[in-house]
Amino acid sequence: MKLQRMNRRALALGALAVSGALALTACGSDNNSGKEGGSGSSSAAAAPGSVKCDSAKGQLQASGSSAQKNAIDAWVKNYGQACKDVQINYNPTGSGAGITAFLQGQTAFAGSDSPLKPEEIEQSKKVCSGGQAIDLPMVGGPIAIGFNVPGVDSLTLDPSTIAKIFNGKITNWNDEAIKKLNPSAKLPDLKIQAFHRSDESGTTDNFTKYLIATAKSDWPYSGGKAWQAKGGQSAQGSSGLAQQVKQTSGAISYFELSYASDGVKTVDLKTDAATPAKATVENATKAIASAQVTGTGKDLALKLNYAPKEDGAYPLTLVTYEIACDKGNKAATLPAVKSFLSYIASEDGQKQLTGASYAPIPDEIIAKVRTTIEGLS
Amino acid sequence: MSTPAVTDRTTGSLRGGSLPRWFPLAVIAASIVVAVAIGLGTGLHSKVQWGLIAAILAVLGTYVVAARVEGRRQARDRIATSLVWVCFLLAVIPLASLIWATVKRGVKVLDGYFLSHSMAGVADTEPGGGIYHALLGTLEQVGLATVVAVPIGVLTAIYLVEYGRGALARAVTFFVDVMTGIPSIVAGLFVLSFWILILKMGYSGFAGSLALAILMMPVVVRSTEEMLKLVPNELREASLALGIPKWRTILKVVLPTSLGGIATGVMLSIARITGETAPVLLLVWGTNFINSNPFSDPQASLPLFIYQQYANSSGSGAAYDRAWAAALTLIAFVMILNLVARGIARWKAPKTGR
Amino acid sequence: MEISTQHTDPAPPLAAPSTAVGKRAARGATRPGDRIFLGLSRGSGILLLVIMAAIAVFLTYRAALAISKDDGNFLTTFEWNTGLLPAKFGIAVLAFGTVVSSIVAMALAVPVAVGIALFLTHYAPRRLAGPIAYVIDLLAAVPSIVYGLWGALVLVPHLSGLYGWLDAYLGWTGILSWQGGAPRSLLTVGILLAIMILPIITNVSREVFRQVPRMHEEAALALGATRWEVIRMAVLPFGRSGVISASMLGLGRALGETMAVATVLSPTFDIQASLLDPGGGTFAQNIASKFNEATEFGQDALIASGLVLFVITLLVNGAARMIINRRKEYSGANA
Repeated sequence: MKLQRMNRRALALGALAVSGALALTACGSDNNSGKEGGSGSSSAAAAPGSVKCDSAKGQLQASGSSAQKNAIDAWVKNYGQACKDVQINYNPTGSGAGITAFLQGQTAFAGSDSPLKPEEIEQSKKVCSGGQAIDLPMVGGPIAIGFNVPGVDSLTLDPSTIAKIFNGKITNWNDEAIKKLNPSAKLPDLKIQAFHRSDESGTTDNFTKYLIATAKSDWPYSGGKAWQAKGGQSAQGSSGLAQQVKQTSGAISYFELSYASDGVKTVDLKTDAATPAKATVENATKAIASAQVTGTGKDLALKLNYAPKEDGAYPLTLVTYEIACDKGNKAATLPAVKSFLSYIASEDGQKQLTGASYAPIPDEIIAKVRTTIEGLS
Repeated sequence: MSTPAVTDRTTGSLRGGSLPRWFPLAVIAASIVVAVAIGLGTGLHSKVQWGLIAAILAVLGTYVVAARVEGRRQARDRIATSLVWVCFLLAVIPLASLIWATVKRGVKVLDGYFLSHSMAGVADTEPGGGIYHALLGTLEQVGLATVVAVPIGVLTAIYLVEYGRGALARAVTFFVDVMTGIPSIVAGLFVLSFWILILKMGYSGFAGSLALAILMMPVVVRSTEEMLKLVPNELREASLALGIPKWRTILKVVLPTSLGGIATGVMLSIARITGETAPVLLLVWGTNFINSNPFSDPQASLPLFIYQQYANSSGSGAAYDRAWAAALTLIAFVMILNLVARGIARWKAPKTGR
Repeated sequence: MEISTQHTDPAPPLAAPSTAVGKRAARGATRPGDRIFLGLSRGSGILLLVIMAAIAVFLTYRAALAISKDDGNFLTTFEWNTGLLPAKFGIAVLAFGTVVSSIVAMALAVPVAVGIALFLTHYAPRRLAGPIAYVIDLLAAVPSIVYGLWGALVLVPHLSGLYGWLDAYLGWTGILSWQGGAPRSLLTVGILLAIMILPIITNVSREVFRQVPRMHEEAALALGATRWEVIRMAVLPFGRSGVISASMLGLGRALGETMAVATVLSPTFDIQASLLDPGGGTFAQNIASKFNEATEFGQDALIASGLVLFVITLLVNGAARMIINRRKEYSGANA
């Protein structure tokens, strides 16, 4: 019987694959502490003292913003070394997908670049029995504007010029408006290739929010996670944009500062202050310091100040929130959630951020975050 | 252009002139020389352009010379031959480049450690870590999907070819066609809605397998159907004439005859689903830790791993290295499957007389 | 194919013997083994239908939810704005991008693939044909994400030269002019898709060309036909339906390809006359790009676009079926 024999063979193959896989289980290992002593380990020594594992154990699923991915990576690494019983699996699916998964009860917490909307808080009451979801600001991320213009090492732009470039009103690097802001730069006669995100993104949302707040007349769009302006080019993800800026002569684009590695040059932002602000962690921290809490109750949603007067403050930033239930977290994951969030809100946790090109949350606000985490149930 | 030596036309009056065996090589060599000369002469920089000019010259040169010496029919034959060769060479370039790039960049970090460790505790921007968790996940997910999809697919194809008549068969044919067009992400969404949101099953490797099986079935049906149709009716008739029941005829005569083709089709479909990223992203979800149980909790998978290393890596070299190494592993994995299938096909296939 | 005519065409003159076989078998299906086997295979067919029906219901339901609230025209709006209400979205750009990139891919891939298949079955030295066929098999199995990785990191940087060349010599046509952006346009997508589907089409075509009855070829050779004439008169007519079905397999992959397209295209939600300027986007790419951050309504809208992709695939497959049926008199292993 050929077919039966074939089926048997298929089964045998399948069995072989499965048993092979099971046999492989024995030789696979989650333990990576031996091999790489590289970049992240410098701060690892400090970590264990501040991590309180308590009774936490098991695997913790979380997902959301890809903007804070690098920060979470560093945290998970340190936390995992201290609490071997807990595995934290953060999946950078994007803020929207993260909130959706959280509201479906699939994950223990979510990461999002924008605070919850009222209807989402309403929906969250189903998952959080007796409570609701709250925003906990954890990570500040400067959004850098990377450019690739041969022969130009530093560039200063103001919001209105940025808006005009990304809206297709300024199309050449030797445009008068750019020249006026950069009298000393040798700007070539080169077409501007403005790249935006092809996927929907919290970074786009925050970038356009900034343009709307500071250059309303040149940016006639309503904002949102999807790019609205016509024309220009696009790429997938911050990583894709950074890569295009590296590859394409005349390119300009926006992405989190942590993606602006390997010699991507970034624009200095001309604000209301006297001197233009460079896109650095310190400058972003200065700008976030003037943010205000607008969330009610335990919710700590922030409103950023896009027009800081302080010298050197870089206002083009986003804040990533961790979202969890204030009451009614699942009993199985609560200890791990509490323990992990307490760690990342702790002084040590926040200190990790600067190393990964993120900005810590101002002391006053993070103190509130810590109290809120203490009260999670 | 070299002048080809024309063989003696006077001796055999029944034979037309024919060009010597080395003629094609001579034409190619000559056209490469001319193309390089033109390239250098007119200052064309792109080597690709040189190649194009050489190809065009070779085809034209062959035609002109052959038409004069051998006649137009032979010339046409030669031009077809050279076009087929050009097609082949043209296609080899990108495919070779793909393999070359993957191997060259993939071997950098591919070693025993890489294959036997997970990414637990390794940030995407750092070097180190491995793909063990992803390899395990892919093996289990694809294995489960194959176990679900292949029997259903092959049986459906048998139904369509051997039994199928009337409204049901027409409907099945039609919907198999429709199913080939399901974007993988839609299949993923469908399983997400039913399995995870309605049945509340949670992310798992098996959920991914279900979506992969949906994607795999129509490909198996279509290729099996095509292969079964190629089995000569004489074989079926001979078997039935001997009083053998139809089901045994199908199992003992029809299927073995087309086994090689069916195996190829199954391999193709496995290849298609092994590389699927979108449904895996939605359903299996991914993790940095080893999870050997495909029925509960998120697993990792190779294509997902490649995509994540590419997309979330901040453009870091270490992550790209891992992505290429994982790609190489994935190709090697598929290659092994392929070898096995070919072995089975060769071993089991009846002699076809070719 | 005659056997296929059994269910597509009640009584074609050519299919007489096989119809007879079918009838006899149907009467003979009283043996328990036959009944079980028929039940099993019919059951699989029905299961497939049930799955399809479930997917179709699910898709249509969610698509209807979205389309009923669309503030623009679903077919003609050049915008995809689902995050803020009132939502405005339309599939014109996506349909254009999908169709154009697939046409480019097919135009490039099919002739070359048929050429390679012929090369492998009729031209290549035996010793070479085996390994090459194996490599092509293997390439058919290379996952699309790997093509995406290669496309973004290797192919795109190499295409500027070709783009400049096309613009210089063929720019006057309008569809091949280039404004000098990054070469991440529908043409790039078409090229990458062509490379991706090439092995599949080659593979299936080769399998079909191999099945050409030896007798047909030998008869043609005996009449003094050249190799090309043998191919034209015996091989291609026989293999035509197989090649078309192979192309459909390839087209299916091209139409629905997601990640590879997303990595090499600069979608801008606008239609450009030139293939070389960034524009367009494809259904699958748009779903993948927008899905993660989409609201539930946005997901419905994306599913609605997925439904359209469905319909397009359906039309393509229908056309292919028609071609195969019209050409059937030329082919068939049982002639």
